[in-house]
Amino acid sequence: MGETALNGNKTTKELEKVVIRFAGDSGDGMQLTGSQFSFTSALWGNDLATFPDFPAEIRAPQGTVEGVSGFQVQIGKIEIYTPGDQADVLVAMNPAALKSNLQFARKGGNIIVDLDAFSERNIEKAGFTANPLTDGTLAGYHVVEAPISSLTKTALAGLQLDNKSIMRSKNMFALGMMYWLFDRPLSETEKYIDAKFRKTPALAEGNKRALTAGFHYAETIEALPAMYNVPPAKIEKGIYRHISGNTATAWGLMAAAEKVGKKLFLGSYPITPASDILHELSRHKNLGVITMQAEDEIAAVCSAIGASYAGQLGVTTSSGPGIALKGEAINLAVMAEIPLVVVDVQRGGPSTGLPTKTEQADINIAIYGRNSESPAVVLAASTPANCFEFAYQAVKIAVEHMTPVILLSDGYLANGSEPWKFPKTADLPAITIREPELDNGTYYPYNRDTETLARGWAVPGTPGFEHRIGGLEKQEKTGNVSYDPKNHEKMVRTRAEKINRVANYIPELEVQGNGDGELLVVGWGGTFGGLRTAVTELQRTNRKIDFAHFNYINPLPKNTKAVLEKYNKILVCELNLGQFASLLRSKFPGINILSYTKIQGQPFLVTELKEVFLENLKD
Amino acid sequence: MENIIDIPQQKPLTKKDFESDQLVRWCPGCGDYAILSAMTNALPQLNTPRENFVFVSGIGCAARFPYYMNTYGFHTIHGRGPAVATGVKLANPKLSVWEIQGDGDALAIGGNHFIHALRRNIDINIILFNNEIYGLTKGQYSPTSPAGLITKSTPYGSVERPFHAAELAIGAQGTFYARTIDTNPKLMTEIFVHAAKHTGTSLVEVLQNCVIFNDDTHAAVTAKENRDDFQLHVKHGQPLLFGKENKKGIRLNGLKLEVVTLGENGITEKDILVHDAHNEDPTLHVMLARLAPPHFPMVLGVIREVRAKTYNEALAEEQERISQNAKYHSVDDLLKSGETWEIK
Repeated sequence: MGETALNGNKTTKELEKVVIRFAGDSGDGMQLTGSQFSFTSALWGNDLATFPDFPAEIRAPQGTVEGVSGFQVQIGKIEIYTPGDQADVLVAMNPAALKSNLQFARKGGNIIVDLDAFSERNIEKAGFTANPLTDGTLAGYHVVEAPISSLTKTALAGLQLDNKSIMRSKNMFALGMMYWLFDRPLSETEKYIDAKFRKTPALAEGNKRALTAGFHYAETIEALPAMYNVPPAKIEKGIYRHISGNTATAWGLMAAAEKVGKKLFLGSYPITPASDILHELSRHKNLGVITMQAEDEIAAVCSAIGASYAGQLGVTTSSGPGIALKGEAINLAVMAEIPLVVVDVQRGGPSTGLPTKTEQADINIAIYGRNSESPAVVLAASTPANCFEFAYQAVKIAVEHMTPVILLSDGYLANGSEPWKFPKTADLPAITIREPELDNGTYYPYNRDTETLARGWAVPGTPGFEHRIGGLEKQEKTGNVSYDPKNHEKMVRTRAEKINRVANYIPELEVQGNGDGELLVVGWGGTFGGLRTAVTELQRTNRKIDFAHFNYINPLPKNTKAVLEKYNKILVCELNLGQFASLLRSKFPGINILSYTKIQGQPFLVTELKEVFLENLKD
Repeated sequence: MENIIDIPQQKPLTKKDFESDQLVRWCPGCGDYAILSAMTNALPQLNTPRENFVFVSGIGCAARFPYYMNTYGFHTIHGRGPAVATGVKLANPKLSVWEIQGDGDALAIGGNHFIHALRRNIDINIILFNNEIYGLTKGQYSPTSPAGLITKSTPYGSVERPFHAAELAIGAQGTFYARTIDTNPKLMTEIFVHAAKHTGTSLVEVLQNCVIFNDDTHAAVTAKENRDDFQLHVKHGQPLLFGKENKKGIRLNGLKLEVVTLGENGITEKDILVHDAHNEDPTLHVMLARLAPPHFPMVLGVIREVRAKTYNEALAEEQERISQNAKYHSVDDLLKSGETWEIK
């Protein structure tokens, strides 16, 4: 909290960062409200990160806890890496939203409720035994009881709109209140409303009136004590856009395909939380993207393998249960040494698990989850926006090293979004295809590049390169079927060495900090934001703590051992039972590696991490 | 003087051009040898450069087929051949894609991919080697094994009801179904060529003999002494006649097919059903495909051949249509699209 200034009869408080959470019924438009608030704040110059929290059910009964949809955003004048632990302001559109979201509100924070929605029936439906507004449930919070529904109705009186349409505008009333509270202009959202309801002017007018009414209401009432000011952040110059992890993944794949001059072929089967990649790529067929919604996960990966064999860029996208089904086919790509990108948007498991919740427990299946010796490259994106970069890298490595690459994302990255200074494709690294060559007039499909050990990519339709490949063990060089024991061992070792050598082509591991910490915090993948924030906040208080985050999981960066052995204490933090910690222990015996884990379908909280780190710094 | 307008004539391809240098390793007497030979006979007739042929297979005895063809070939995993072949065709629609499957591969482990390839009508050719047994795993019953068949996994006889490939294919919206037998190389070659020329998923079921684990399973049709009375070779537009002197025929009586003899009970050729492979309505195609000894002949030849838009055609049309109205033409355009803002 910063200085206090007068603003009419109200004060303005400057904040470094603030977390706002919108919660309401699935049909209340909370995702839209949240993303409008985020967009306006981004234009204002704040850094921010968002996360939607929606139910697995499409439309659970209205007014029930199961049907509540939430959207959290953290905005700041400092760099923001997470959507925040707890909300400073919670907007709850009905009792059920309050019931399920109160746990995410900071004690002492603001809660704004739609008073009109707190009927006896709704209170009971939400599972409260008494009215939470009056029974002390909200003691310790600053509660604003705003009659949002009835005021929206009044504001829209006289417009030719049915009651349902009027009630659907109440989210704009709530948004208007937030715009006043955070001193934001209405103009961007007004523009958005005009565009969205271009064909129904009455609806456009209604939504804009609700927005303005909410703004003026907030200004007028005594209940809101202050306006908050979150000044613009110091952000690198450039052109920005919002991007979610799944969209970034889709675009990264497309950028790589365009760069390498191939068609992108996606074989995919719908699965939460990966389906949005399929949806996004399906929109861009004009750019040569081919998408096939396959009959099952296995056909999805097999069609992608077929497309790669035939010379295009085969990709398949899924989540844990689908990855389990694809294992045999991924192994075919390992054996046939064909480029293939497999995107695993991890979710809570095992089995069907928690489809809409995040987890990082697929590192083992990605590295080890296939029969026999099956080396494949594994990468992990760590922010919604860098899903673009790692999807691009996945293609580059798959093509240049003729191998399947598994890209790990997760539900948190997939649905989270952040501002992104997007690149020009001309500035992206080159991707070089290893063209096949004849050896004295004969083509040997398993002739290898001496540096990478990658074989050539000879595609059907090319005269003189006809050849047969498959899942059976093959003789080195010729690729003919071979059951020779010595040859088998050589091929197993060669395939493994080919993947090990990818380490020569990836960046080294970086350490954030002075390099002399008493504790090295290690993370990988989607937990970056929380870990980085917690470590940075402790570094600011002069704690001796450093941070290293992995995006390259298999092979590991070449300097991994050199980095780790400098520390007496290493704490690997991950959302599973310690899979990455186990990997590091097995690769680097003798280095003291501790593990901090959480398996709740939720990301780490910064406060939680700071406590853990301080505890580890003590002894 | 050299005439520059003369385009050097490509030497026509021969059977030999399609034979690979690999030792063929099926059991002596296996029906697969005849199928391989019919295929290397058929391909030179298609006027397609060798490099444009791709043979895809799954797992099983039949699935070794690509190794023996001097074309592009991909021996994949059990049952997944149609899915891989679909990816190959979509990636490069110019290729002539052949997918080789056994009955276990196509109808058990790969049943889902088999029906969906047919439903999508992707322009590939599926050759189903049906020997009603698992060969490579050494003799277990398959989804086409007749009830009661004694095998290693059914020592007391199979209690399961078999699939009929034709009914399954037609039920899956198949546009081309033909049946042939491994003892008739000429018919096989002819049907392979016919299948290749059909635009859409072509399914050719070859009644193939497994000499080791299910010998003579098709003998009621293929044995020399049964050839005349139990094989009915159909051609579109021709009457359904068979028998030694072509005196027996198939008549539609109400909703049933029956065998009649010309000259008996006043039957003339006018009473005989004329084969219409091009009929959209598959009812008669299914009825014909179901006929089997001992009361009927087995129908061989192209039973169904209808034209419907293929999956690859539909995708190409869609892409063309979308591209015409596209507002962006590169990934850079896409990155800049929608809401952006500048930090100065």
